[in-house]
Amino acid sequence: MAAHLKKRVYEEFSKVVQIPHEEAPAKKLRLSKPSKSAALHIDLCKATNSTDALQYLLQFARKPVEAESVEGVVRILLEHYYKETDNSVRLKIASLLGLLSKTQGFSPDCIVDDAISTLGNEKSHQVLAQLLDTLLVIGTQLPESPTVRLRLIEVAYKHLSDTYFGVRNKCLQLLGCLGMVDAPLAKDSEAPGTSLGGVKDVQSIISNYFGDQDPRVRTAAIKAMLQLHERGMKTHQIIYDQACRLLSDDYEQVRSAAVQMVWVLSQLYPESIVPIPSSNEEIRLVDDAFGKISHMVSDGSWMVRVQAAKTLGSMLQVSPHFLEQTLDKKLMSDLRRKRTAHERAKELFASGEFSSGRKWADDAPKEKLDTNTVNLIASGACGAFVHGLEDEMFEVRIAAVEALCQLARSSPSFAEKCLDFLVDMFNDEIEEVRLQSIHVLREISMHITLREDQLDTVLAVLEDSSRDIREALHELLCYTNVSTKECIQLALLELLKNLNKYPTDRNSVWKCLKFLGSRHPTLVLPLVPELLSTHPYFDTPEPDMDDPAYIAVLVLVFNAAKSCPTMLALFSDHTFRHYAYLRDSLSHLVPPLRLPGRKQVYGLDSVDSGSGSGSVESAHLFLQQSLNRVSTIQNLEAPGAQDLLDFTIRDLQRLGELQTELAGAADFCATYLRCQLLLMKALQDKLWNMAVPLCLKQNVTATAAAQQILEETYKLEFLYSGLESRQVATIHHIRLQAKALQLILTARTRQGLDPLIGSCEKFLQEVESFQRLFLTELPHLQDSFVDKLLELMPRLSSCKPVELVKILQTTLRQSGLLQLKLPEQIHRATATIIEPTGESDNPLRFTTGLVLALDIDATLEHIQDPQNTIKVQVLYPDGQSHVIHPKPGDFRKPGPDRHRLITQVYLSHSAWTEPSQIEVRLLLAYSSSSTSLSSPSKLGWSDSIDSLPPPEAAVEGTIPLSKPVKVYIMPKPARR
Amino acid sequence: MPEIKVTPLGAGQDVGRSCILVSIGGKNIMLDCGMHMGYNDDRRFPDFSYITQNGRLTEFLDCVIISHFHLDHCGALPYMSEMVGYDGPIYMTHPTKAICPILLEDFRKITVDKKGETNFFTSQMIKDCMKKVVPLNLHQTVQVDDELEIKAYYAGHVLGAAMVHIKVGSESVVYTGDYNMTPDRHLGAAWIDKCRPDILISESTYATTIRDSKRCRERDFLKKVHESIERGGKVLIPVFALGRAQELCILLETFWERMNLKAPIYFSTGLTEKANHYYKLFITWTNQKIRKTFVQRNMFEFKHIKAFDRSYADNPGPMVVFATPGMLHAGQSLQIFKKWAGNEKNMVIMPGYCVQGTIGHKILNGQKKLEMEGRSTLDVKLQVEYMSFSAHADAKGIMQLIRMAEPRNMLLVHGEAVKMEFLKGKIEQEFSIDCYMPANGETATVTTNPSVPVDISLNLLKREMALGGPLPDPKKPRTMHGTLIMKENSLKLVSSEQALKELGLNEHQLRFTCRVQLQDPHSDTDTLHRIYTHLKSVLKGYTIQHLPDGTVMVESIVIKVSSSAEDTDTKVLLLSWSYQDEDLGSFLSTLLKKGLPSGLC
Repeated sequence: MAAHLKKRVYEEFSKVVQIPHEEAPAKKLRLSKPSKSAALHIDLCKATNSTDALQYLLQFARKPVEAESVEGVVRILLEHYYKETDNSVRLKIASLLGLLSKTQGFSPDCIVDDAISTLGNEKSHQVLAQLLDTLLVIGTQLPESPTVRLRLIEVAYKHLSDTYFGVRNKCLQLLGCLGMVDAPLAKDSEAPGTSLGGVKDVQSIISNYFGDQDPRVRTAAIKAMLQLHERGMKTHQIIYDQACRLLSDDYEQVRSAAVQMVWVLSQLYPESIVPIPSSNEEIRLVDDAFGKISHMVSDGSWMVRVQAAKTLGSMLQVSPHFLEQTLDKKLMSDLRRKRTAHERAKELFASGEFSSGRKWADDAPKEKLDTNTVNLIASGACGAFVHGLEDEMFEVRIAAVEALCQLARSSPSFAEKCLDFLVDMFNDEIEEVRLQSIHVLREISMHITLREDQLDTVLAVLEDSSRDIREALHELLCYTNVSTKECIQLALLELLKNLNKYPTDRNSVWKCLKFLGSRHPTLVLPLVPELLSTHPYFDTPEPDMDDPAYIAVLVLVFNAAKSCPTMLALFSDHTFRHYAYLRDSLSHLVPPLRLPGRKQVYGLDSVDSGSGSGSVESAHLFLQQSLNRVSTIQNLEAPGAQDLLDFTIRDLQRLGELQTELAGAADFCATYLRCQLLLMKALQDKLWNMAVPLCLKQNVTATAAAQQILEETYKLEFLYSGLESRQVATIHHIRLQAKALQLILTARTRQGLDPLIGSCEKFLQEVESFQRLFLTELPHLQDSFVDKLLELMPRLSSCKPVELVKILQTTLRQSGLLQLKLPEQIHRATATIIEPTGESDNPLRFTTGLVLALDIDATLEHIQDPQNTIKVQVLYPDGQSHVIHPKPGDFRKPGPDRHRLITQVYLSHSAWTEPSQIEVRLLLAYSSSSTSLSSPSKLGWSDSIDSLPPPEAAVEGTIPLSKPVKVYIMPKPARR
Repeated sequence: MPEIKVTPLGAGQDVGRSCILVSIGGKNIMLDCGMHMGYNDDRRFPDFSYITQNGRLTEFLDCVIISHFHLDHCGALPYMSEMVGYDGPIYMTHPTKAICPILLEDFRKITVDKKGETNFFTSQMIKDCMKKVVPLNLHQTVQVDDELEIKAYYAGHVLGAAMVHIKVGSESVVYTGDYNMTPDRHLGAAWIDKCRPDILISESTYATTIRDSKRCRERDFLKKVHESIERGGKVLIPVFALGRAQELCILLETFWERMNLKAPIYFSTGLTEKANHYYKLFITWTNQKIRKTFVQRNMFEFKHIKAFDRSYADNPGPMVVFATPGMLHAGQSLQIFKKWAGNEKNMVIMPGYCVQGTIGHKILNGQKKLEMEGRSTLDVKLQVEYMSFSAHADAKGIMQLIRMAEPRNMLLVHGEAVKMEFLKGKIEQEFSIDCYMPANGETATVTTNPSVPVDISLNLLKREMALGGPLPDPKKPRTMHGTLIMKENSLKLVSSEQALKELGLNEHQLRFTCRVQLQDPHSDTDTLHRIYTHLKSVLKGYTIQHLPDGTVMVESIVIKVSSSAEDTDTKVLLLSWSYQDEDLGSFLSTLLKKGLPSGLC
């Protein structure tokens, strides 16, 4: 006992002694680097035991280190590392080294040697693993240094035989990330070759660890191999057998990785031939792999099942024979072959006996099976998808549905086969799965034609209470091909039922019928008399024009009639009248028809009737010509210039209405020209020649014009998508002009220099930032306002405000029109509020102090990142206005460049005496800083925020995006 | 060799009264204790006299395990424990423990109160029996005694159904009970890990069936109901109280919810209400969807399904009614059927199999006129549908489970002999493992090859490690030297020194000596030198010393030379080695017997 005590005392002493010993170099270092490293060092020296040291290190890790002092810190850490006896502290140091080498601007090649040398003396396996991890970081930081890489690989080889799994793991990871891609490292590894036993190939070394005793190492080995593959090394085909064996590993992570490995190999060597064990036959490798992965769809672990199901989807080279097996389960009952319900349904349909009542023993098994031919564990793909789609976990089912989709898109015959299964998935218990399968069916719908019984099951979903499901189904029906006129009738009936049950689906149903009609004109034709309830002899009563169901029928018929001129003969008089009405009110749903004897209608429609490419061309030409014409205006005072602009603006606006394809471009040009016109008018006014006090009124109009120009330019910049930097420069240019105008007007109206100096400086700053932002565009802006300003810049920055204003005034008046060049594609962001419609006369009543949830449904087009930019504004009659940010989850994306906002806004107000209307509209929020160079916002290890240039004055604002909708509400006083 | 014996008392090549005896590692276990639906006499219960002729079973059985609450798996339990006599532990899962007594009580009521049988177990007996039950949790290892441990796995089939893994030492058996490999609307699929048992005892009800996708049937069912409701018809679904009924309820409930339907759904009261209560409680035993959504709403708290009252049957308008019993042979379902049979708008859906002679069976076969008691006839105008929802694994499912568990032997119960035969063949062919299918009372014996665990001292292991390569190669066995000590039921492998020390023995040297005669005309010392050089050239990497006292030492082997008395040319070599160097020693002796090569100097 005494001896033991003595030993402890001695230990304590030895630590006390160490401290002064450590302090000596500290002073030296502090002299050279008065930074974080010194602080760290002192902290570390102060630490009397390992727990303290660990605490210091943990604290240290929280703070960033600047790039130039990293090396010093690393040295100190390493120094401490050698002295440290405690494993956990060494581990932390090792991990810190890795973290530090990630610092930007620090090249870690100088610490490679130290890190490698520490490896040699390290006894603790955990620390060793951490050190290897650090090396991995260093290695990935230095991708261009082959020598470092070679050394690291050598280190990895050396430690591959460690007894601790973590070390082996890291070594394999290192090999995977750094192993030589191009050539086997023959020469380099022969030098230390004795220890390697002459193995030269990275792949074979890694594949040796496929059979490691630790599952984590096995996983790491496969992952390393996959990594090599990702980095471009061609994986050898020999590995295939090993990988296949690993598919039956005991551990799920190994199996999951093995699935990936097998997949990779099947993509690399799809056509090579592998033998089937226990028989003489041979099959293609991709088929074999497909069979094996299909097998994994019934694995015990759902992670593996998901992985397998996903992987199946991307094996497109598999032979159709194998592919079709995945949907075949070979049913039997009491050893007799049985037909699946799908087959029975098909037969029933074929025999013309559709929808008969189901008979008892209708599914009675048929022929007797030979027991030898029944293969219970089917070799290969048998029924893989049947299992996948029936899986317990919805993650697997979704993966299976997606895989089906991918495979079906590339194989029409498979698409035909998987149709039944997909339709079955419409009945899944999880909505996500149902929705996904509807989407999938839509994607493959070009390959398939629905039979009547199939359509029937599809249509049953129309009654679903979920709006997403119904709309997805409408979308699906838009793309569906059906085979008979009964199908059309069935679809119409169900859609009308849907319309009746959920009136809010109106637009969606109409749209669906539009496509259904234009897709199947010949099938609709025989139905027309029945649909329009006409009679050969009797006049039937005229249907109600406001009935959505009747409109739906008309939409179907008119769209069919477009490519089936004989149909028109079947219309009765009122149908033509209704056509005219609908063509006007619902022009997006009703196509132009060639009506006999209705020349005036025909004539009116002629502009856009042939909406082929030719008319677009000519419209485009017209647009270009107008712009050219405008560009001839050089002088503002030129006679007729203003009129020309006026006319052009009018023309362009009309063009935008007529030609939807060019609406964006035309609108854009018109707005731009309007800005120009405003500017021109403001400058042209006589006020410039008069004395200031005499023209107060003109001043007011000019100020208003400048303000309006500014607003319009923000619209131009943020409302249109597809702008190139040239157009943005043009917009900024005109904004600059407007600002100059503002400045001049301020100078003229306000007395006193102080505010003027401020605004002058601000203006000059803006000119500078313009120059900075559009440096590349400046050549295009020759002879413009900015061009002239920049020439005068040296003078401007030194002169007095009054002088500056004068210069500005002359330049502004002298500068010509800047020509607008049209970009290729330009779209205007639009939004339409579908719901609320604003037609209701019944006020929504709610109790004061409580909230009313108002459902909003809107479609948005051509808006980037609507989650952040779209806001809902609610304007109360008392002028109060609320801006509400919808949740990101409220946005759906039904198509490219289209978004759908379905959200609820909460209204509340104090009591009113009578109901009144509030306005709801959508706003597009913008911020000018977002378009300028995005400020580096991340402050990680480099906390040098103060060195940044001062952020430019970001202009934030909103643009009204949709027409306001009025909602009638009535907050009632609360009853007590 | 140790053996595992399996004897079915019921369910051997048969369906009903599951009861299987397993003796493993000296322990006797009874798996399930069911009754047979088809008999009303003694054959109803398993023959417990197989275990002992008279007296109680307690001393013959270590434990009883019940897989799930169906009567053909637990119906004989009170009879066995209270009337025959068993006081040991009975294991079952929590839901089974909760629901089992309800069913037993119901069973007792029917047999005693309705059929008037005597000599049957009483309510008190059921209660007493239930007191002996020890509940199990999923994946919880329960130590029955020091050696016997059991672990339950999820089995699907019905709420609380479990597969059990029984383990004694390294021997193990898995009993599946009834299980389902495809999930349904309220339960998940059976799952087991790769436990590699010696025997997997599996049910094989659908040994020769591969079933169609469940979704088709569900969709059909829903469509039928929906169409009928839309026509304004009434739908009757006769069910048995537990299991399928809940599945169908969930199915209809969610469908109603999805499709926004308003027609009422009724559930005939009684048994079911109590059972539903337990379904609500044991959410963890249900499938993913129900488990995930129960935070917002417990799926078994039905919104659309209400309790049925007799008077509702005459209400106008569409409705759906679940009523017991399932074969339309008596009770409420029959009453409702009589009321509704006349209207062709109505529909009856039979969700299960119907025994011959019941009205259910008749109408399924298309009979249009039914004779009722009192010579009245009933015209059947309503539509009759058949929709089977079974919760047993099909042939593929069974194979899938085998693949999951990787057993060394397979044993089939709970199925028909002919069908088993087919599956047995398939299993033997696909997995190349033995498959048994004993009949009732027949014993299947499986010899096992249990591994015997031995403690090894760390020092010894490290020493051996240091000798060989750095890594143990799992594929190659290695020999090592050590001493096996068997002491007080434990085995220990230690180094010989430690063994000597522990046992207090002295070390004895064991040396082998042998003489080799050699024809060599040289002098003794020369010969010795020649041998030295010869050995030196042959044995590289060994320490060979020529000692001054006239001996050659190879490692620890001593070689001496002496001339024979009569012939000086014949040298006699004396070799001596300890037994540790046996390999080298015998090598040397054979080497020297061959003589020395002539070329030596």
